[in-house]
Amino acid sequence: MTVDSTLLEMRSITKTFPGVTALEDVNLVVRSGEIHAICGENGAGKSTLMKVLSGVHPHGTYTGQIVYQGDEVRFSNIRASEQAGIVIIHQELALVPGMSITENIFLGNEPRRRGSIDWKAAQRRALELMEQVGLREDPDTLIKDIGVGKQQLVEIAKAFAKEVKLLILDEPTAALNEADSQHLLDLLRGFRERGITSIIISHKLNEIAAVADTITILRDGRTIESLDVKADGVNEDRIVRGMVGRELHSRFPDHTPDPGEVFFEVRDWTVRHPISTERLVCKGSSFTVKRGEIVGFAGLMGAGRTELAMSLFGRSYGVYLGGRVFKDGKEIQLRTVAEAIEHGLAYVSEDRKAIGLNLLDDIKTSMVAAKLSKISTHGVIDQVEEHRVAEEYRKSLRVKTPSVDEGVTKLSGGNQQKVVLAKWMFTDPDLLILDEPTRGIDVGAKYEIYGIIQRLADQGKGVIVISSELPELIGLCDRIYTVFEGTITGDVARGDADPELLMKQMTSTKKIPTP
Amino acid sequence: MSRIKDLQKNLFGGTTSNARQFGMIFTLVAIILLFEVWTGGLTLTSGNLIAVVSQYSYILILSIGMLMVIVAGHIDLSVGSVAAFTGIVVAKAMQEFSLPWPVGILVGLAVGALIGAWQGFWVAYIGVPAFIVTLAGMLLFRGGNQYIGNADTVPVPEGFRSIGAGFLPEIGPNTGYNNLTLLLGVAACVAVVWRELRARQTRHEMQADVAPVWISGLRLVVMVGVIIFATLRFAGGRVGTSLPISGIILIALVLAYSYYTRNTIGGRHIYAVGGNARAAELSGVKLKRVNFMVMMNMSILAALAGMIFVARSSASGPQDGLSWELDAIAAVFIGGAAVSGGLGTISGSIVGGLVMALLNNGLQLKGVGSDMVQIIKGLVLLLAVAFDVYNKSQGRFSILGSLMRPFRRDDPGQPLDRSLSTSDTDKAPIAG
Ligand SMILES: Nc1ncnc2c1ncn2[C@@H]1O[C@H](COP(=O)(O)OP(=O)(O)OP(=O)(O)O)[C@@H](O)[C@H]1O
Ligand SMILES: [Mg+2]
Repeated sequence: MTVDSTLLEMRSITKTFPGVTALEDVNLVVRSGEIHAICGENGAGKSTLMKVLSGVHPHGTYTGQIVYQGDEVRFSNIRASEQAGIVIIHQELALVPGMSITENIFLGNEPRRRGSIDWKAAQRRALELMEQVGLREDPDTLIKDIGVGKQQLVEIAKAFAKEVKLLILDEPTAALNEADSQHLLDLLRGFRERGITSIIISHKLNEIAAVADTITILRDGRTIESLDVKADGVNEDRIVRGMVGRELHSRFPDHTPDPGEVFFEVRDWTVRHPISTERLVCKGSSFTVKRGEIVGFAGLMGAGRTELAMSLFGRSYGVYLGGRVFKDGKEIQLRTVAEAIEHGLAYVSEDRKAIGLNLLDDIKTSMVAAKLSKISTHGVIDQVEEHRVAEEYRKSLRVKTPSVDEGVTKLSGGNQQKVVLAKWMFTDPDLLILDEPTRGIDVGAKYEIYGIIQRLADQGKGVIVISSELPELIGLCDRIYTVFEGTITGDVARGDADPELLMKQMTSTKKIPTP
Repeated sequence: MSRIKDLQKNLFGGTTSNARQFGMIFTLVAIILLFEVWTGGLTLTSGNLIAVVSQYSYILILSIGMLMVIVAGHIDLSVGSVAAFTGIVVAKAMQEFSLPWPVGILVGLAVGALIGAWQGFWVAYIGVPAFIVTLAGMLLFRGGNQYIGNADTVPVPEGFRSIGAGFLPEIGPNTGYNNLTLLLGVAACVAVVWRELRARQTRHEMQADVAPVWISGLRLVVMVGVIIFATLRFAGGRVGTSLPISGIILIALVLAYSYYTRNTIGGRHIYAVGGNARAAELSGVKLKRVNFMVMMNMSILAALAGMIFVARSSASGPQDGLSWELDAIAAVFIGGAAVSGGLGTISGSIVGGLVMALLNNGLQLKGVGSDMVQIIKGLVLLLAVAFDVYNKSQGRFSILGSLMRPFRRDDPGQPLDRSLSTSDTDKAPIAG
């Protein structure tokens, strides 16, 4: 097989769900040994296409043909596709948190000797695999004790434990910081050298432009085009044009910030880790937010930004040790989430599936869940009103769904994020804390969400944005705090914010005086 | 053919129905018909229907509370013992202190509330799994029953018996029927029509598709038909009998609780806690309070069921309430609730409870021994739930289920999404 031969061809794939056509006549050609990117807006059908390929949606539930290594294949489940060397790493990781790295790598694929698991061999092999993916950890460490970046690497090691020829990564870098993402992309390049083909789905177009050989663009469940990155000289703007069907001139809507008075202030906020008694996750943090101001929190993974936000939001994380909160000059107590909501706080979590949504709910129920009292009289919910509110948000946030009665699991990742956003906008907060609000969201939708954030600010609300993407913070925020290991290390005004300065403050303990 | 599609979609699809329940109604009808034929028409006689209600209302009352417990993600194994314990306490109290029977009932409810508070405390505030707390409660209160009653039976006064064995009085002209029951039937018909009209109007206000008029009409004809049939049966029994008082208590409870679970904030919160406790907490739901209330409510209903049972059998004994928990839990699961919590409806559980009750009754009518009764009930539970699980794991609904679009509180997710996301839930990395 030569380098340029076709490894995989998906022909005219059509996949429908009740009420939605997720894929219509989609074609995909992947050459052996390349890195093939799939781009498209939220709900374009990227994940669905990969699920069709990997047997999650088995043969018979879609129409069309899959030709792999020259033969037509009909996978009836994931196991069948894995046997053929196709391994998919889903948008949501599937590791067992309470098990060790080794155990996870060999889960369902345990090396055996005389009927029992050969843990020695597993250990050895795990170390080899971890070496290959550049994961330096004790193989006995539990999954829940390592960061998302490393968990991602475990997933890949797990894929290598099986004979992988085609590795599929669905938004692998969405939850990773820049360094971890870079590491992962380098890894993919290494695989390419070794002849392993990868398909990568990502909304981080700069990464795509940098790493991919070919890009296939989907829009509304259809193949729009396939680009050869080198030959066509593809850059980010070119990809965006394919995805949204028009030129997008700027990544951020125009906005003239008009911050008012300081209305929210936190002093000496100190929080301890929930389990380890010595570890402080917030070390005397103090900060302020003005009305109409968009304030960013920059920091590396594990810097304590989420912990700060969640502990403020009704002490939902860790153990409170000290600190005071003032709103409009008066001290307020935020001991429970209900109290926090009452005082006009809203926290949009970074992990929408685990803690942001009840996945059994439908869209409208989710949207009103955080402030049912607003649509109720004497504890009785007005269901007409509920429907009306949900419809309103569906339209204004452009949630892609046939009906607000649908279950939230049926939405694509980005659209679920919009539902979570609606849920908290509905509480009509004074201070909206957004934790990674655009994770896994496409460029167009990002633009919309930035617009929403700016509109909220213009209404006089304070907005806090926690993000691992520096360009996002720089483009959006009026002021940026940097956080390093639980300490606020800097307070940078819009005009002074540049990646280099922020990066420096995000990685140094030295408290830099407020300018 | 679109008319048939419309019919399939809408006939059983009020806001309360779901695919699962649709299948259940068929099962129920099938069981009724089966026993009707098998017993040579005994099942649907007035006498038998009245007996079923007064004998098995406890299953239905318990399954209301159990549904809420299971939706919140717990289980209650102690209901039978709690019922028995309450029964003996009330019987003893009325005997020893010659309390008037209405006070006796209040005492019983208070005992239920206390026990519920005790169990709720361990579950909600200490965090002991409900399975353990109520397993302990099962032993505790069974032992308590035997301790207080000296393992003997204690009779209850005449007035008290009315809540278990009482009937509506005969008043008004001699129509050959029990007039009050007829009146209730008429009221039910009116209510059903009114509800259908209101539901149509609500759909209209929501700008959602409204079912064609002829479908609403057909649905009304079916429902009103069933009500009229039941009314005539219950009203047309032996003179002096009617719809039993316990049946009226039951209907009131069903209406109140299904309204509560469907339309109120408190009800929503129970589903939220069962669906994703952490997400609920972060949405401002008071997790501990919800868990506490759900457990407490269950014990109060168990106490009520216990009293009704004692009233019917006119004495409280050490064997009361034995294995009631199994009937109630089975009813809830047959009625479509999810083992993992967050899903299920009161009306589904009632249908499941009726299946269990009619199964008990039919087998008893045929004189089937208790050995076979248990075997058959066990198999029915297993098969009913397995059928559902199998269909879901195949990524398709049952033939029956696919006849209609799922409505609220039906499982909206594909099984795969669910399993992926639950593993995701456990992971929940807190990164900043
Ligand atoms: N199980 C399902 N049931 C019903 N509809 C579904 C299901 N899974 C996906 N869809 C629908 O199919 C369409 C494509 O979804 P898919 O998850 O493939 O999008 P995506 O391109 O991966 O988006 P994102 O970038 O947001 O992850 C969406 O409209 C979605 O609502
Ligand atoms: Mg996706």
